[in-house]
This record gives sequence, C-alpha cells and structure tokens, in this order.
Amino acid sequence: MAKIRVQYFAILRERAGRAGEEIDTVAATAGALYAELEGRYSFPALRSVKVAINDEFCPWDAPLSPGDSVVFIPPVAGG
Amino acid sequence: MSTLSRDEILRYSRHLVMPEITLAGQERLKAARVLCVGAGGLGSPLLLYLAAAGVGTIGVVEYDKVDLSNIQRQILYATSDVGRPKIEVAGSRLGALNPGIRIVPHAGKLTAANAAGIIRDYDIVADASDNFPTRYLVNDVCVLTGTPDVYASVFRFEGQLSVFDARRGPCYRCLFPEPPPPGLVPACADGGVLGVLPGILGTLQALEVIKLILGIGEPLVGRLLLVEALATSFRDIRFGKSAGCAVCGATPTVTAPVDYEAFCGIDTATGRSAAHDLPRVSVTQFLVRQRAGEAGELVDLRDTPELAIAAIPGARSLPLADLPARLHELDSARHYTLCCHRGERSVEAFYLLWKAGFRRLDILDGGIDAWAEQGDGRVARY
Repeated sequence: MAKIRVQYFAILRERAGRAGEEIDTVAATAGALYAELEGRYSFPALRSVKVAINDEFCPWDAPLSPGDSVVFIPPVAGG
Repeated sequence: MSTLSRDEILRYSRHLVMPEITLAGQERLKAARVLCVGAGGLGSPLLLYLAAAGVGTIGVVEYDKVDLSNIQRQILYATSDVGRPKIEVAGSRLGALNPGIRIVPHAGKLTAANAAGIIRDYDIVADASDNFPTRYLVNDVCVLTGTPDVYASVFRFEGQLSVFDARRGPCYRCLFPEPPPPGLVPACADGGVLGVLPGILGTLQALEVIKLILGIGEPLVGRLLLVEALATSFRDIRFGKSAGCAVCGATPTVTAPVDYEAFCGIDTATGRSAAHDLPRVSVTQFLVRQRAGEAGELVDLRDTPELAIAAIPGARSLPLADLPARLHELDSARHYTLCCHRGERSVEAFYLLWKAGFRRLDILDGGIDAWAEQGDGRVARY
C-alpha cells in the first residue's frame, strides 16, 4: 500500500464531493488509481481527463511512488 | 524620436519609467494587434486592461446581447445596457477608456469558414470564449497561422490558463486531444461561476498578452496554471508538445479547420450521433402529452441550490452527479423526460441511462428555462 495525495478539479471535484484526499492504494500506475476512483465516485471515462504527478502531466501508465501528489484535471470551457 | 504624443507619454508614464518597458515597449504595445474571442466574463477585464495598456489594435469577436444574468461578472456592461449588442457596448466603453486605440468589431460567431481570415490580421489571439467547439477552432487556426493563443477558461470556483504557441511549445490539442463527451462539462449557465473568478483569469490573460507583446518575463508556454478560488491556490503543471498531436504534431491530420460542432458533439466511444439528434420534446408538446396521460415522468437533473430558485411541480429530483449511484431508483421499463436548466445535463444523463439499458427517454428541450418562458410564468428564470 502506498499513500498518495490526490486532488480533483472541476467535474471530478463535484463527483467526489471533495477537493482532494489522501488515499492508501495498491495501484501501481496513475491509470490504475483512476480506475479505482472511477468506480468509487462514478468519474467520467479516462479519455476526457488528464493526470499530473508532482506537477507534471504524464501518461496514464506512469508509475506511482509513495508520497506522490496526483492531480486529475478535466478540461473546462466556461468564459 | 518617439511616435508617442505628449498625451500618450503622460497616459502611459507608469509604464515608460520601467526599464522592462520604456518608450520602445510602449511603442510595441501601440503597434500590436490582438484579437479577443468573446467579450463575456473573461473578455471584460481582458479587454479593459488591453485597452488601458495601450494595445493599438484590439479586435473583438462577439455575437451576443447583454443579459441581466451577465452583469454579475461581465464588468464591461452596465445594467442599462441589458438588451444591447455586446459588441456595440464594448466598442463605446473601450473607446471612452482609451480614444487613442483602434477597436475592430467582428460581430457574429467565429466559424471554421471565417476564422482564418479574421485571425490572419492579428499578432496574438486571446481565447475568452465559452465553449469547446470555439476553443478547438481557435487553437487549430492559431496553429495553422502561427499565432499565439492565450487561453483561459473557468468553471465554478476554478480556472485554467495557458499560452499555446505551437512555434515553440505545445498547443491545446497536445493537452486535451479530444473534447469531453457532450454534457459532461457544464457551461457557466448550467454550472455557475463565481463572478470574480473570470475577472482573475481574464486579468491574467491580459498579463500574458502584454508580456508576449513586450517580450518580457516567462510566458506560460508549456504550463497550465490551475487557479482554485476557494483555497486561493495557484499551481502550474508542466506539459510538453505531443508528437502525435493532430494539428501541431509530426504528421498532422488536421490541416484546415474542421466541423467543430460535430467534433465536440459526437460521443467517439460509442459513435452515437450528435447531441442534437437525441429525442427531444418541447414544453408545449410535453404539456399536451401530460394532459393526455402520455408524458414521461419528469426527472430534474439540476443541483439542490437550483431547486430552491425554480422547480417544476411534480418533477422527480435526481441531480446528475448522483445519478450513477442512484440509478436503482429508476425503472428502465418506464418513460422518463429528462430536464435540467437548459438541456446540457440532460444529454449526459441520456447517454448514461441509455448505457444502463433505458430506452424510453426523451429530453425536455430548453430545460426549465424554456418551461419558465413558455409553460409557467410562476417559475423564475435564472
């Protein structure tokens, strides 16, 4: 189990009902972590979301390390 | 000799004395041509600051009229402007602010047909629009014409800001290769927005535009600034050019503007038709069917704060965010008419329910807003 700090933006924040949280997870990659949360919060499909680990956007198969800060960012269009 | 007049020297004196700007920098601002796509929440402060700073040519693309619900954040407009075309009001307001600059009105919508012709005449584009089709259109035409795109967008208490300049960094499509499925991301009208938030993001857009013109500082190229107003948090996330980007990658597939409504309207996962092809029922049709006992049960997908503003008697409340977890409350054999503020959330709910096996579905066209307008004067518009 690794402790990961997760932050949610826009629609993900609405769905999760919180801005962020610390999660104990066995997920090895950003994508696996999203899949875990997708079920818990009924998040939208992964295609329309970007993930950043430690303030850098990365691919979904990027590995997670304990203590990482993960941000899930969907696009917004309001103006 | 400077090309600035005595009045201009006084007007811009707080710029001129700084070594990063000087007379030469102010002359660059005067010579610059900036196009602002949208004169709404973001465009209001953006245009005011660009005009105040002395950007010599400012183009404005806008088709809408001032609505009372705009004034909470669109600070270009006064209450007495309600009903007037925004482009006219913006022109006179900016002209009064700074008579020494040229405001070029582009009344109408930016389209795949006219965008390249308009953008070609500008050095920088600021995307202050409010919808995905326009954002992809602005990005693609900026990439194709080699124009920097200073981008900002807002949602509720959050904002995003970046400078897309494909000549030296990534573009919007490198970041978000495809739009979200229709209905997933509510517009300001549906999702709401804290009025001051586009004020902050639009002001930051003006900052990035001015930095680009002056060639000072570090532009937000290859970084997405995330602004979160409730925590007052700013963080920027680095990203690079995507080699496979459809418009700025090594082998682009987008070499001319495409049909952006279709691009943003089709659920590419299922290949289902565009959102406007979904079965819809007008308020009048619904009322007729209801009297005949043939209408679907109304499912109101709006959030709790909205129910307090206006509600249709007898509608079942089921906020869209809760729908996946509360699907069991609905019966797939029954006929439901989906309703939200204006119809966007109903589209996502439609797809969600369709995937879950519901087939007897339709959407109340125009949502409770249309209901308030046509069906029931006691229901407030918002």
